[in-house]
Amino acid sequence: MWITGAELFVKALKEEGVKTLFAYPGGSAIDLFDALYGQKDIDVVLPRHEQALVHAADGYARSTGKVGVCLVTSGPGATNLVTGIATANYDSVPLVCFTGQVPTSLIGNDAFQEVDTVGIVRNICKYAVTVRKREDLGRIIHNAFYIAKSGKPGVVVVDIPKDIQLELGSDEIPKEIHIRGYNPNTSVHIGQVNKALEVVEKAKRPVFLLGGGINVAHANEKMTELAEKMGMPVITTIMGKGAIPTNHELYVGNLGIHGSYAANTAISKCDVLFSIGTRFNDRITGKIEKFANKATIIHVDIDPASISRNISVNIPIVGDANNAIEALLKRAKHLDIDEWRQEVAAWRDDFPITMKTEENEKNNVLTPEYIIKAINRNYKNAIITTDVGQNQLWTTQYIEIDENKRLLTSGGLGTMGYGLPSAIGAKIGCPHKEVVSINGDGGIQMNIQELATAVSQELPITICIFNNGYLGNVRQWQEMFYNKRYSLTCLKYTKSCKRDCANCTNKQTTYTPDFVKLAQSYGAKGIRVFKKEEVVEAFKEAKKNKTTPTIIEFIIPDNLNVLPMVKPGNTLDDMVMEKGVK
Amino acid sequence: MKKRWICLFVENEIGVLARISGLFSSKSYNIESLTVGTTEDPTISRMTISMISDDKTFEQIKKQLNRSVEVIKVVDYTTVPIYMKEILYVKVSSCSEKDKSEIFRIAQVYGLKVIDYNKNSVIVEWVEKESKIDEMIELLKNTFPNRVEIVRGGSVAIESISVSNR
Ligand SMILES: Cc1ncc(C[n+]2csc(CCOP(=O)(O)OP(=O)(O)O)c2C)c(N)n1
Ligand SMILES: [Mg+2]
Repeated sequence: MWITGAELFVKALKEEGVKTLFAYPGGSAIDLFDALYGQKDIDVVLPRHEQALVHAADGYARSTGKVGVCLVTSGPGATNLVTGIATANYDSVPLVCFTGQVPTSLIGNDAFQEVDTVGIVRNICKYAVTVRKREDLGRIIHNAFYIAKSGKPGVVVVDIPKDIQLELGSDEIPKEIHIRGYNPNTSVHIGQVNKALEVVEKAKRPVFLLGGGINVAHANEKMTELAEKMGMPVITTIMGKGAIPTNHELYVGNLGIHGSYAANTAISKCDVLFSIGTRFNDRITGKIEKFANKATIIHVDIDPASISRNISVNIPIVGDANNAIEALLKRAKHLDIDEWRQEVAAWRDDFPITMKTEENEKNNVLTPEYIIKAINRNYKNAIITTDVGQNQLWTTQYIEIDENKRLLTSGGLGTMGYGLPSAIGAKIGCPHKEVVSINGDGGIQMNIQELATAVSQELPITICIFNNGYLGNVRQWQEMFYNKRYSLTCLKYTKSCKRDCANCTNKQTTYTPDFVKLAQSYGAKGIRVFKKEEVVEAFKEAKKNKTTPTIIEFIIPDNLNVLPMVKPGNTLDDMVMEKGVK
Repeated sequence: MKKRWICLFVENEIGVLARISGLFSSKSYNIESLTVGTTEDPTISRMTISMISDDKTFEQIKKQLNRSVEVIKVVDYTTVPIYMKEILYVKVSSCSEKDKSEIFRIAQVYGLKVIDYNKNSVIVEWVEKESKIDEMIELLKNTFPNRVEIVRGGSVAIESISVSNR
């Protein structure tokens, strides 16, 4: 049968099992939208901005493990995707983004709403292609889904010119995959696995370092089993949080520039570092020459290009985390390292990360620690998303993740504006989970328009805003390393200020916007919390809203810092533990 | 740091050259030379790329290329026996008779082909190894300062049949 390219597009999505499509229309995509009209199999969601649209698809993909799918128009629709594509690709999230394009006859003419989409996104995605012939459309879409989800997952962009959407052609979509330049290797080399185990079995102070790869591969359960079988302490990166339950006796904490004392110390002292699914990004290693410099390093990663890139690895194992862990499980033995295990556990228990300083306790200060721990107690079957900044870092420090919870956060790119739209995507993908989003007062405003999406989709999500009146993360750096020169970080600034933020006299200025009224104007619920005593009550209120989102604005002090902190250029075990102490 | 050669087989599609060169520039790898042409299979192009890098960076470059969907095969030519040549064109202008006979003599000694000339200009053509071409360019530039126009093609290479060749 002969059908249009647009009809084939819809057919192809259905065959790929797509249930949800995040889409924003426009001239070069209008035929695709027309073909979607009236069909019942795919739920088409209209966010209010294309950047938020990709983040929503990203949140959907991270929370469900399925491919997130986007559809936007050419030109500005496509350029608005850029940040979201880079965000997802950096964290290995499988997405397929379809962009409309001007007709092939006009490409290169500077036509209305023409941009070279593939040229723009080429270096920030896994694969990008313009469909140039109607007969290629089915194959390209099928390949796109395969490439996005196989190997190291990532973003694939498929650019479809308008004439191809309209052209009649075969309704067949090839089922087989032949991509001669793409054969991701997922199986592991057993020889390397054995070699790794030999080294671990001789070690006195071995640790696991687990990255986002475990969460991407959804290998958490197996990983927990492996850690238990070997009895080896587990440290995670921010992206690896939840690789094994955070309340597990073997779990030590996050490492990195805001990692725990125990994790950073253990990494500096270990003699074998068994890492899986991390790329040893500069935020986790501190001064690279000194990173785990006493250790033999084993590194499992699906991406050969991530191995021996930032640090040199002694035993590389290329392969999917699932397969590697399975192979390890078959062969691993319980390690005789009781003393080391106890030593690490003692560091963890004796030096927990906390904001309960004498002063904060005396003044009964509402701290992020207090709020996040309340989230831990009140949301047991939940997906937590964060924005970027202090709010994110505190979350990664205090949130508890187990098999019933997941943390979604933009780790690689660190994209402000991720928190709210990703929560929307997660709730759409996992309607039976509670979804809590933790944001700063700055970042929430980067995609605040998505309240409309959440309201229209009737999503009872809880949107926490930690309002410190500042771009807090940058403010913290300015306080600690730039002599308190608070350049452009105060969000209460008004024209009448003297720009002398260190000696601010303008502290009472009201905040713009009023988040509670803003929530109400969108048809959402808004609650403002000033005191510890109001926190649990606020969550209770939020839970009463079954079909509407709730904003909870927490007014927190403007001068709280994320601690401990490794100063830039320092080694991991050299940390600033408390405010004011150098 | 040392000179390296890579032979790449890639999909013969719009944008693939940009993808490869973009990969080099986005990671701050410098390309010394790059040639590209189609192969016996018209859907595949072959690139010969040279660069100067240390071992670690070079490993990383190969891995990065390998994981590109458009790249079908990466062959490291740094250590395998190959034939490799580059084409050179040189036009020398404002020549006196004496200059011309000098050019003809150089051409005769080294085996350059004189392919065109008139009263005061000469064009020579040469197919040689890159290092010899470098030396020839030096010689011509020194002999005819500010009067030479140089075009070089970038090297192309093929693996040899006999192992001893290099
Ligand atoms: C899109 C984007 N722009 C700028 C930054 C740099 N940046 C990182 S954290 C931060 C401050 C965030 O402020 P806020 O959202 O209020 O969060 P807080 O740190 O106060 O919790 C900024 C500006 C970024 N990560 N992303
Ligand atoms: Mg803030």
